[in-house]
Amino acid sequence: MSIIVDSTTRVMVQGITGREGRVRTKLMKEYGTNVIGGVTPGRGGQEVEGLPVFNTVKELVDNLGTPDATCIFVPAPLVKDAALEAIFNGIKFLLIVPDRVPLHDVLEIKAYAERFGARFIGPNTLGVLSPGKGVLGMIGGRAKTAREWFKQGSVGVSSRSGGITSAISYYLSREGIGLSTIVHVGGDAVVGLPHPEIMKMFQEDPETEAMVMFGEIGTSQEEQVAELVKSGVITKPIVAYIGGKGAREGTRFSHAGAIVEGGRGTRESKIRALKEAGVRVVDEFMDIPKAVKEILGK
Amino acid sequence: MAKLFEYQGKDVIKKFSVPVPNGRLCRNVDEALEFFRKLKSPVVLKIQLWKTGRKKIGGVRFAETEEELASHFKDMMGMEVDGFKVDSILVEEKLNIKKEFFAGIIVDDRASKPLVLFSSIGGTGIEEIARENPGAVVKFHVDIIDGLQPFMVREKLVETGLEGKELVKTADVIVKLYRAFREYDARSLETNPLVLTEDGRVVAADCHMVIDDYAVYRHKDLGIEIAREFPRPPTELEKIAYRVEESDYRGTFYFIQMVEDVPPDGKHIGFHGAGGGGSMMSMDAVHNGGLIIANFTDTSGNPPASKVYRAAKIILSQPNNVGYFASGSGVASQEQFNSARGFVKAFLEEDIDIPAVLRLGGNYEELAIEILDRYLKSQGYKVEGYGKDTSPDECIRVLKDMMGEKPVFHKVRPVEEYEPEGDEYKFETMTGKVFINHRVCVDCEEKPCIEACSRYGVLKLEEGRPVLALEREEVKKGKCTECLACEIACRFHGKGGLHIVLPIEGLKEYREGLIEHNR
Repeated sequence: MSIIVDSTTRVMVQGITGREGRVRTKLMKEYGTNVIGGVTPGRGGQEVEGLPVFNTVKELVDNLGTPDATCIFVPAPLVKDAALEAIFNGIKFLLIVPDRVPLHDVLEIKAYAERFGARFIGPNTLGVLSPGKGVLGMIGGRAKTAREWFKQGSVGVSSRSGGITSAISYYLSREGIGLSTIVHVGGDAVVGLPHPEIMKMFQEDPETEAMVMFGEIGTSQEEQVAELVKSGVITKPIVAYIGGKGAREGTRFSHAGAIVEGGRGTRESKIRALKEAGVRVVDEFMDIPKAVKEILGK
Repeated sequence: MAKLFEYQGKDVIKKFSVPVPNGRLCRNVDEALEFFRKLKSPVVLKIQLWKTGRKKIGGVRFAETEEELASHFKDMMGMEVDGFKVDSILVEEKLNIKKEFFAGIIVDDRASKPLVLFSSIGGTGIEEIARENPGAVVKFHVDIIDGLQPFMVREKLVETGLEGKELVKTADVIVKLYRAFREYDARSLETNPLVLTEDGRVVAADCHMVIDDYAVYRHKDLGIEIAREFPRPPTELEKIAYRVEESDYRGTFYFIQMVEDVPPDGKHIGFHGAGGGGSMMSMDAVHNGGLIIANFTDTSGNPPASKVYRAAKIILSQPNNVGYFASGSGVASQEQFNSARGFVKAFLEEDIDIPAVLRLGGNYEELAIEILDRYLKSQGYKVEGYGKDTSPDECIRVLKDMMGEKPVFHKVRPVEEYEPEGDEYKFETMTGKVFINHRVCVDCEEKPCIEACSRYGVLKLEEGRPVLALEREEVKKGKCTECLACEIACRFHGKGGLHIVLPIEGLKEYREGLIEHNR
């Protein structure tokens, strides 16, 4: 088992004929992901990596059946349209890769996703990878490197930084600690599945024994994870690291923001909340593998 | 985040029929007097800065006579707050206030929904009000698909004790504010106070609006120059960097200065990160090593070599730094040879005088390090390349070793532009120009440029001379990815007849000014 993606997940690619779409389709296929086809409006009938391209999601669904997941690689201004097209056509999982998607578009996508019972990762995500099984998005860059860097095992990784998702996963693998699934939740303030949702999925995944979480300043994702641990929803051990020690305190939200968050969102408040809940918080990034080893009793 | 000034925010909400005070933005005292004479009633003067608590610092004043107005105006125009100079003042009718409310709409990231906040007490900070008078405050989420209907607002406002016409009018204003919030992609829109006047109007006396950076392109009418939050006015160098960022959509480029004038304390270094999380982690290492970053830079998201080159040139426009550190997550998915070539071109042009540690771990890191070794380190430059198995902390130790006891302080050089001979073969790329001097190519047996370009196939040989293999239009549109491989190959393995010119608007003048200033 793993979460979100494995070798049986049927995947379509929106924006498959674009520069990113082509390269990432190649990566996904070569890694073993079951990519069935793609969509680019106006390019129906073409082929990419031997896969059929359709004008609309509806056409793809009519011809190939409903995919389990879609990866969206269209330019940011077109993301809302592509995401809603997928949601309205019954696709239940979306990976939204592009950066700079307008916030209100994300709010709309989220509202429609809830209405239709769909979920999504991103925007601004590198993707999701279950070692040896499949990848959505662009983690690893190439299938060869992705295979070299990430080993199969029982630790789930969830990170708010794309590069760090790969970094943690590589450093764990290097120390002989394998991974169930690694997830880049996306770098934006509002994302489809933030840390707490991913942690819940890992909690339910029989293969995952422990989780690593990379947090950052801003939003209340890490505090929410602390609440889930405190309330007993999450019982599997978590190792957390919060980045941004050297970052200068930014101007944070408006006054109205403060009332909602109640002083949350700083590095200190996140570390405090997590420690109080009993989560293992490491101070140095490079101490993550050691802490995971201790927790797993290796 | 793109914050709007009060007067800009009011212009926006006015379009949605939210009542605002009769007012005028004035840049000189004559304009203010003219408005006052027309209005024929007392006025309020407000400095236009992103600052709460303007009243306390004398940024909000009242005037009943022309003399008072002129005197306040002159005082206020001289003010400087957090590095921003007051250059305009909003002069408005003074409202006869019966009651003050607070109304705001923000994006609640936790619920991923717009959140409306209202308080029947206004004027001061909403946090204080909520603490002292929790019964006066209501907050509720809006379903973005259903939108906000007036009845939804009324149902909530009655909880705060509002009734009669003020209930109906206030709810109506909040619905209009919500429309402005949605239409203009706001992250937050607040009016504090929202005023009930003696004559029964509900008027937005103040307005704070923040537009989502990513949606600024949809609102050209706002004329936002830099869609990014700065705690102070942007520096000249930041403006130059922002123009680079804006003019090339491939990958990310972010540049901000921590200090505008780097002190020669032997601790400041140029910092060049890659990716948000990796940059933060790398900055932590700088900090742990007792060094200080002079700037924060991020080039990521698979940027072309040309973008990394420009970022490096901009970082090297800061004198007095004693080192250069580039580092991201260490396990990047992007093709790292692009960054390596960007560094090579920039460092060679600058004849870099300070030690540099470049941690280019990830996809194609072996090739990236080889490029750095071959074309910089072997040429005598103090440059070390590392990959994913070397931590940022180790890199900083190396950098400090290279700096030694007596560090060299970086000197900024004038920008030297390549001047082609008149008849050189040339073509345009997305952000630059390539010049090939075929007279030099005649003596070149290897023609390494062609091999270097084999990955993209932009160049081919024609009668022994390198020329375009593709249509000029395609090349300019991006078929040439500006990977810089041909230029480096030509310089080191050919005869040096190929030059790529990647202009950075304003950098030449900026450096001239800097050098003049330091003389």
